Amino acid sequence: MAAHLKKRVYEEFTKVVQPQEEIATKKLRLTKPSKSAALHIDLCKATSPADALQYLLQFARKPVEAESVEGVVRILLEHYYKENDPSVRLKIASLLGLLSKTAGFSPDCIMDDAINILQNEKSHQVLAQLLDTLLAIGTKLPENQAIQMRLVDVACKHLTDTSHGVRNKCLQLLGNLGSLEKSVTKDAEGLAARDVQKIIGDYFSDQDPRVRTAAIKAMLQLHERGLKLHQTIYNQACKLLSDDYEQVRSAAVQLIWVVSQLYPESIVPIPSSNEEIRLVDDAFGKICHMVSDGSWVVRVQAAKLLGSMEQVSSHFLEQTLDKKLMSDLRRKRTAHERAKELYSSGEFSSGRKWGDDAPKEEVDTGAVNLIESGACGAFVHGLEDEMYEVRIAAVEALCMLAQSSPSFAEKCLDFLVDMFNDEIEEVRLQSIHTMRKISNNITLREDQLDTVLAVLEDSSRDIREALHELLCCTNVSTKEGIHLALVELLKNLTKYPTDRDSIWKCLKFLGSRHPTLVLPLVPELLSTHPFFDTAEPDMDDPAYIAVLVLIFNAAKTCPTMPALFSDHTFRHYAYLRDSLSHLVPALRLPGRKLVSSAVSPSIIPQEDPSQQFLQQSLERVYSLQHLDPQGAQELLEFTIRDLQRLGELQSELAGVADFSATYLRCQLLLIKALQEKLWNVAAPLYLKQSDLASAAAKQIMEETYKMEFMYSGVENKQVVIIHHMRLQAKALQLIVTARTTRGLDPLFGMCEKFLQEVDFFQRYFIADLPHLQDSFVDKLLDLMPRLMTSKPAEVVKILQTMLRQSAFLHLPLPEQIHKASATIIEPAGESDNPLRFTSGLVVALDVDATLEHVQDPQNTVKVQVLYPDGQAQMIHPKPADFRNPGPGRHRLITQVYLSHTAWTGMPGGSEAAAGLQLQCSHSKMPLDGGW
Amino acid sequence: MPEIRVTPLGAGQDVGRSCILVSIAGKNVMLDCGMHMGFNDDRRFPDFSYITQNGRLTDFLDCVIISHFHLDHCGALPYFSEMVGYDGPIYMTHPTQAICPILLEDYRKIAVDKKGEANFFTSQMIKDCMKKVVAVHLHQTVQVDDELEIKAYYAGHVLGAAMFQIKVGSESVVYTGDYNMTPDRHLGAAWIDKCRPNLLITESTYATTIRDSKRCRERDFLKKVHETVERGGKVLIPVFALGRAQELCILLETFWERMNLKVPIYFSTGLTEKANHYYKLFIPWTNQKIRKTFVQRNMFEFKHIKAFDRAFADNPGPMVRPAAGPASTSTPVGLLSSAGVVFATPGMLHAGQSLQIFRKWAGNEKNMVIMPGYCVQGTVGHKILSGQRKLEMEGRQVLEVKMQVEYMSFSAHADAKGIMQLVGQAEPESVLLVHGEAKKMEFLKQKIEQELRVNCYMPANGETVTLPTSPSIPVGISLGLLKREMAQGLLPEAKKPRLLHGTLIMKDSNFRLVSSEQALKELGLAEHQLRFTCRVHLHDTRKEQETALRVYSHLKSVLKDHCVQHLPDGSVTVESVLLQAAAPSEDPGTKVLLVSWTYQDEELGSFLTSLLKKGLPQAPS
Repeated sequence: MAAHLKKRVYEEFTKVVQPQEEIATKKLRLTKPSKSAALHIDLCKATSPADALQYLLQFARKPVEAESVEGVVRILLEHYYKENDPSVRLKIASLLGLLSKTAGFSPDCIMDDAINILQNEKSHQVLAQLLDTLLAIGTKLPENQAIQMRLVDVACKHLTDTSHGVRNKCLQLLGNLGSLEKSVTKDAEGLAARDVQKIIGDYFSDQDPRVRTAAIKAMLQLHERGLKLHQTIYNQACKLLSDDYEQVRSAAVQLIWVVSQLYPESIVPIPSSNEEIRLVDDAFGKICHMVSDGSWVVRVQAAKLLGSMEQVSSHFLEQTLDKKLMSDLRRKRTAHERAKELYSSGEFSSGRKWGDDAPKEEVDTGAVNLIESGACGAFVHGLEDEMYEVRIAAVEALCMLAQSSPSFAEKCLDFLVDMFNDEIEEVRLQSIHTMRKISNNITLREDQLDTVLAVLEDSSRDIREALHELLCCTNVSTKEGIHLALVELLKNLTKYPTDRDSIWKCLKFLGSRHPTLVLPLVPELLSTHPFFDTAEPDMDDPAYIAVLVLIFNAAKTCPTMPALFSDHTFRHYAYLRDSLSHLVPALRLPGRKLVSSAVSPSIIPQEDPSQQFLQQSLERVYSLQHLDPQGAQELLEFTIRDLQRLGELQSELAGVADFSATYLRCQLLLIKALQEKLWNVAAPLYLKQSDLASAAAKQIMEETYKMEFMYSGVENKQVVIIHHMRLQAKALQLIVTARTTRGLDPLFGMCEKFLQEVDFFQRYFIADLPHLQDSFVDKLLDLMPRLMTSKPAEVVKILQTMLRQSAFLHLPLPEQIHKASATIIEPAGESDNPLRFTSGLVVALDVDATLEHVQDPQNTVKVQVLYPDGQAQMIHPKPADFRNPGPGRHRLITQVYLSHTAWTGMPGGSEAAAGLQLQCSHSKMPLDGGW
Repeated sequence: MPEIRVTPLGAGQDVGRSCILVSIAGKNVMLDCGMHMGFNDDRRFPDFSYITQNGRLTDFLDCVIISHFHLDHCGALPYFSEMVGYDGPIYMTHPTQAICPILLEDYRKIAVDKKGEANFFTSQMIKDCMKKVVAVHLHQTVQVDDELEIKAYYAGHVLGAAMFQIKVGSESVVYTGDYNMTPDRHLGAAWIDKCRPNLLITESTYATTIRDSKRCRERDFLKKVHETVERGGKVLIPVFALGRAQELCILLETFWERMNLKVPIYFSTGLTEKANHYYKLFIPWTNQKIRKTFVQRNMFEFKHIKAFDRAFADNPGPMVRPAAGPASTSTPVGLLSSAGVVFATPGMLHAGQSLQIFRKWAGNEKNMVIMPGYCVQGTVGHKILSGQRKLEMEGRQVLEVKMQVEYMSFSAHADAKGIMQLVGQAEPESVLLVHGEAKKMEFLKQKIEQELRVNCYMPANGETVTLPTSPSIPVGISLGLLKREMAQGLLPEAKKPRLLHGTLIMKDSNFRLVSSEQALKELGLAEHQLRFTCRVHLHDTRKEQETALRVYSHLKSVLKDHCVQHLPDGSVTVESVLLQAAAPSEDPGTKVLLVSWTYQDEELGSFLTSLLKKGLPQAPS
């Protein structure tokens, strides 16, 4: 038999080899179709199942080409029939599954065989594996209805198997392949179309928990594939909620959630009463109940799903925060209720006396329900849970629900505030973020604000900054609240001076949001006196600046406020307006020489005119072609100036203006370079005159790189133009080199390289070429065949004429474009305390930078350290060092380790630059000799 | 009838002196062995003479289980084992084993050295007693003897507190000890699997209370401490050495860490210090946060909390300010000077260091005392909590209390909802309440019976509750029989009873279900045939053979899926049922049909007779 098989293989692949010889076997492996043959030989050689298994394992490590898959499969099948050992059969079955997944191979041809061997298989494990293989085949052929039906039939047949593994796989198969259209199209109504849901549903009560889980998962899979589940499943799933096994309960919770989203408005009866409620409410109640399940996996699952049940009625929703307190059978108020009452009664402190929380009314013993089936207190439990995973899930769910229901947001506030004191920082941070997200819906009471502000002393920077962000968008109800916030922020400032910028920014928003609340505080804050002049505060005091930031921002919308300022306040205003213009708005101050009023009216015209202006100035440039060179230059210069000014004035247009200005500057440089006299002189003698042109070429290159990489939101059509400009610059460079160097040798290489680049351009932007009519490239490509054959000198000549004739390409404006920028907050420039370190040892330097509009900073941003001796070191920050406080904004907080073995240079300045070319002067580091 | 009997010797409708006797399937187990704080006479220990008047306890008890180290659960242990006499095993968890002797020794010192009691157990007795202890791990099944096994579950409450499942065969009892269903700063929440015991014995201290969220309390506590310290005041927190003290320490420590505070925190030396040492060792018994972070830093290695130092007290700080108020004449100035927090024992301000410090600080309105727990009537703690501002101290001194007095309840027992939750988790057949006041138990009992539909008992001390059980008896079935029956029936349906034919053999207290053939073979018996025979009179004038033929064709048409045969001797068989027609001599118009079947075919046989009694259909001819 074996001999016969061998013969067949040799015939098939027409390779005559002696399998006994080592070399021959090697040769076989080298050739392509022989893979199966090699396998076959290996399998035949195998004397024991363990050997065969080894061969199969080795074989599985190597990829198989799509063409040879079928051959391999045949061999495997043949061997399968002969094999007695189930473990080898199992491996073969799994290999079949793997092979059928090979790209480019259509597995329908092996399906019959697979089903065939399935029928004769006795081992449960192998059966399960074969079903898995069938699943792989079935998923590979999603459009073949007949095959799917057949597979579903096979699965149904094996559902009665005694092994849980086989039943699991059958259910999985049903879930993945069960026909979906049954309810829609009537033509598939034959006996083959079974009610998959019914079949799967029957296994909800299987004796094995793994099978039950698989059944629920299969049902969920059906749902995911777009089949509408029946409502009857709901009741079945509810029964599973009290299953003994956690994975069943966890899956059941999911299923209930799915059904509740499908039929939210159906009515279900409440057991043991005549009432009926909406299904989504009922499901909500049930899932809430699972928040106090014994297994934390289920609790996390339940808490997570609660957040996405938005259709639930508000009555039920509010119950989740309700827990009827009781002490010794008397009704007690919660601490939250007490706090609220104290607040409304005007008293502030709480809990002075023992028995302050003494229970009040008697509770009717019959009416107390200790295990409410409803949603009662679900979140109270969830937020108090032992596992922080559950708590985080609960906070997230609270956030989502509060975003959709303002009244709920108001209610959950107390609980969120409580979470600010959680023992795990992650939970605290999450709850602060949540609070920020729902801050539109809420106004903080004074006692809540007090708790919130207490967290400002937290030693974690993330927490403090998150809290500052939160305060930026919080509504405060009273002037005392504002005062409290200011006092706490100032405390924070003295404790953590590094928070300065964040606090100033926070106060800016706090001021501009609550001008009327700040107004009565102004005299106190500025410590002005109606009769006496007070001492002038120190202008450099960060705390004083913080107060001023608050006041000035409030004054922007409150015109009566400046009347309360004293003289030095106005002076300080002028100073701050200049030094911290991003924090201090322009004010219209009465009786003053309006510092910025000359500009301010024009600053704030509506957006449209400036946009229009931008468009107009750009359109003007497009007439460039028809102007004489001199005029063109002037026009460009004017336009560039206009654009730059516009960018400065209108921050939202800065990106666009900068971007187009840069482009125009490139064009200007190009025109200027082409205006050079040197072109008129034939001989390549003007060595020194050419540096303008070569400098221009260099600068254009640089600018185009900046355009390409330093803006976010650049689209493909801009990239083409940018590349085109660069190509022109390269041409220019080539011409200049040709003119200034003697000898042809270097020119050859350059020419070739240039032509290669043109080729690359053409291939890369083939789709955009039609837009480049009349351009440099367009013409260049026309002449490409000629250029390829001509000599360098000739190429240069052609290029030169073409550069001059080529048309100016219009730069289409991108929709959203922002210039990427980075600000290094720390280390601050020109620090008074130079960093000293001993050579050979390491010193850690804190780096704190804000990155704006940088895409994918984790991969693109690096920190460069320049040592005084000119050595540069690139440091790749960890991904975890980047935080994302807002859209388009990143924060890099990292530590850079500096170390240098002895250098002989004198003490000198060293410079660090964040990777995106943003230079920033760095603290001086005189060497404190260690050698 | 098998039954479980439970008799509380202590803690029946009462708090304190926990001691419960359980007999389950012939095994006697004693759960906890505590003392009562309210008594100083014989009533402080359980009455062990209930178990046996004379004779050693070892003969009557199979094992003793201690749930946790509180004295009301283990206080009587040396007395029980050494003075009354018990040599059997005592089971407790590792932390309990470690901490229990410290507390017992402390208890002994107070009783003997301070109160001068004679006839009390000695230090040596405590040591001897602890030698009998077998320590168990969480979720470890310990085989006490061949049949009795116990298993510990996490209970929260204090370090090392456990719930125990006691199991004999298929009968089981779960004893909760004290437990806490909400996690706190150093311990997790109690957890049990769905073990479905016959009986759950649960504590019910807070049977009528539903508690507020712990977070508010924690927040209030921290806020008060922080505010006082910021004002430059001092905070005194009287605590008992173990349990709450550690929770509050962790709370303050993490808060100090978070808020970057520098104000010193002290705790009184002695017990607390020693106990902290054990807390450091038993990290697996603490909550998630501590377990996860201990690799970086053991949370019980406090950075900010230092041992209280007398030298510090005498060393005046920079902000020296004389004591306000007339109270203390001998106050060291140092203690009053700088801000700080002190944890001091004992918790009710009735004696010791906490009272000393209280007297020194009471006069300053900047200071604050926070009572974290309940105070017994008559103690200084109770007086100041009820608002008394002038205290009479010993020696007719009057102490004016100007400092702020706060009350914060940090209790580690499950509330009513928590108890219900645990009952729901374990799904017992019945519940028994102990460790609570009778009136409160009544309410909870009613609720449990109403809402969970579970029987509930609340015996008083000495009262016995008897629960009949129906233990399941395992029966072995031969594989051949099982497979045969499976092949006959349709799908095996889970949880549905099925009818099965077989023979039950009971031999040496084990049960086997085998097929009848095998049973006969094993017992060496011959099989007897049992046949039922019945006569059916048919009105038919034809010959016997023809009648038989008619019967045959009739049956053939009716019983389509049975094998009906007409034998050459004129009789008809349906499966194994034999039918013979005979003509009685007296009346030629009637024929008698003899129907005979074995008892196995009873169903078919009776069906056939009833069918034939209806008569044959008229022949077409």
